[in-house]
Amino acid sequence: MSLAVDNLRVYYRTLKGDVQALDGVTFTVADGEIMGLAGESGCGKTTLGKSLIRLDGRMQHIEGTVSLDGEELPIGDDRAMNAFRFRKVSIVPQYAMSALNPIRKVGRMISELLDARGVSYDQTRPELSRRLALVGLDDGVLERYPIELSGGQKQRVVMVLSTLLNPSLLIADELTSALDVSTQKAVAEMLVEFRDRAFVKSTIVITHDLSILYQIADTILVMYAGKLVEKGPAADLTTDPRHPYTKLLIGSLPEVGVRMSEKRLEGISGRPPSLLNPPSGCRFRDRCPLAFEKCVEEPPFVEIAPGRFAACWKAA
Amino acid sequence: MLEGSLMLSLQNVSKVFKTGTFGGAAVTAVSDVSFDIRPGEIVSLIGESGSGKTTVGRMILRLTTATGGSITFGGQDVATLGRRELHGYYGRVQGVFQDPFSSYNPVFKVDRIFEMVRNAYLPGLTRAEWSMRRQRALEDVGLEPADVLGKFPHQLSGGQLQRLLISRALIIDIEILVADEIISMLDASTRIDVLNILGDLKERGLGVLFVTHDLALGNYLSDRVVILQRGRVVEMGPTPKVFSNPVHPYTRMLLACVPQLTSKWEETPRAFDEAAAPVTLQLVDDDHYVER
Repeated sequence: MSLAVDNLRVYYRTLKGDVQALDGVTFTVADGEIMGLAGESGCGKTTLGKSLIRLDGRMQHIEGTVSLDGEELPIGDDRAMNAFRFRKVSIVPQYAMSALNPIRKVGRMISELLDARGVSYDQTRPELSRRLALVGLDDGVLERYPIELSGGQKQRVVMVLSTLLNPSLLIADELTSALDVSTQKAVAEMLVEFRDRAFVKSTIVITHDLSILYQIADTILVMYAGKLVEKGPAADLTTDPRHPYTKLLIGSLPEVGVRMSEKRLEGISGRPPSLLNPPSGCRFRDRCPLAFEKCVEEPPFVEIAPGRFAACWKAA
Repeated sequence: MLEGSLMLSLQNVSKVFKTGTFGGAAVTAVSDVSFDIRPGEIVSLIGESGSGKTTVGRMILRLTTATGGSITFGGQDVATLGRRELHGYYGRVQGVFQDPFSSYNPVFKVDRIFEMVRNAYLPGLTRAEWSMRRQRALEDVGLEPADVLGKFPHQLSGGQLQRLLISRALIIDIEILVADEIISMLDASTRIDVLNILGDLKERGLGVLFVTHDLALGNYLSDRVVILQRGRVVEMGPTPKVFSNPVHPYTRMLLACVPQLTSKWEETPRAFDEAAAPVTLQLVDDDHYVER
């Protein structure tokens, strides 16, 4: 069991009170698994990804544990986490294109980062070249400044850099969102290849785009308003969604070939609740077409079929 | 004022940017692009980054000038409009852009975008008429006035802000809307609402230039598609024809790369030759043109 997250709660401290962005999530990611994490903006998916590597100043670890390869990660302790970052857990941050230091040449920046972790740049260099070549970049990029690279090139440099020390867990946050379709495909396929070559053991791919996840992920976890909604194998979840939220989300995606004049798709009416004082019970119930009396009680996130988990009274 | 058939027409439009210290080097962003947007028609302009699609939209809105060819609206060349005529032009042709958050001044309440339009275009309306009109424009885009008016931009979601910008354009009864990647920053669940709004507005006679890199969205909405590669039109025609029978390899490559929920990606070679040989559009089918 590569990654196990148990009842993790992370709140944001604000002047108005605690924003309950991540409210008790429990799941596992197996060795070699690519798990997609999907949901609307503000559902807590980025908070979850960040919690596994670095809590920023406003984020407060309330309760819950995270263990990686059987070892508990001290996620609440910024300093103690340093031993794990980059070596064990690595992240490709949202807007990875602007994650590179603009005043360092790419090679120098990588060498400084490795230095900070006590790894020799010269010894890593052949492997670095090999991996750059794998993603279609030549060594020339090491002598360039980030501004000289295109968006897709920068994205690939960050990917190679993040996985250079073969971490157990890679978190890729909105890796493909800002890219063109053809580059998007190449970068997404790279994630699969990195897993296949065992550069990373497990990967969490955070995105709002379910169709990308269907292409590359083994399992998909859907979040809504800080809670887990549904988890299952990618193909099952997309063809036979059990939670009404997942159903509506998939129903709102236009496929190539669907035309408005023939089939009008509908979005999900309403907005997610404020997480400052989230409602009790099921958080989706105000927008849910299937809501009934029992939804004032919070549905547990349980296994409803082998490998399929959902938090809905009607999903069983 | 501009009269006559209110069609927006691009004829052999080109844009060359001068680069380099003394403007010695030139980059051709758009080359020889021709197409029309008629009232009640949605035209999708599809291309990847650097294809010049945004530049085309900016030229239509006269945010930048064309270096070759002409853009006409109702028969009049947009480039020759004087100050006063340009004011009239903007009363009929408006744009909405990708990032709704940066389209607002965060210091002011969102109502200000309506007030600015009122001052510029509808100063004669009484307060009651104005508020009726604003109410109707908001309802057209599916917004409840009480939910959005009097709020600051940070209090609203991206979908609400984007819909507000569309309603701001509608309040002055425009005829052509340039929508540049207006949904790429929205969530999937609100994306489709904004698309449906554009579709409904089209039914009422609005012409839309829908600029996007997402073929699935372009296909869902548009009557015609124009596929742009490195500043040149490589294929264009009625949407069903182009999508059911993509002829140009670039269009095929784009279509093959769109992630779908029903089928997995195939192994597609990422090979497009960089040679920019002069090309012409040829008719392959009724009204369906392909670069040869």
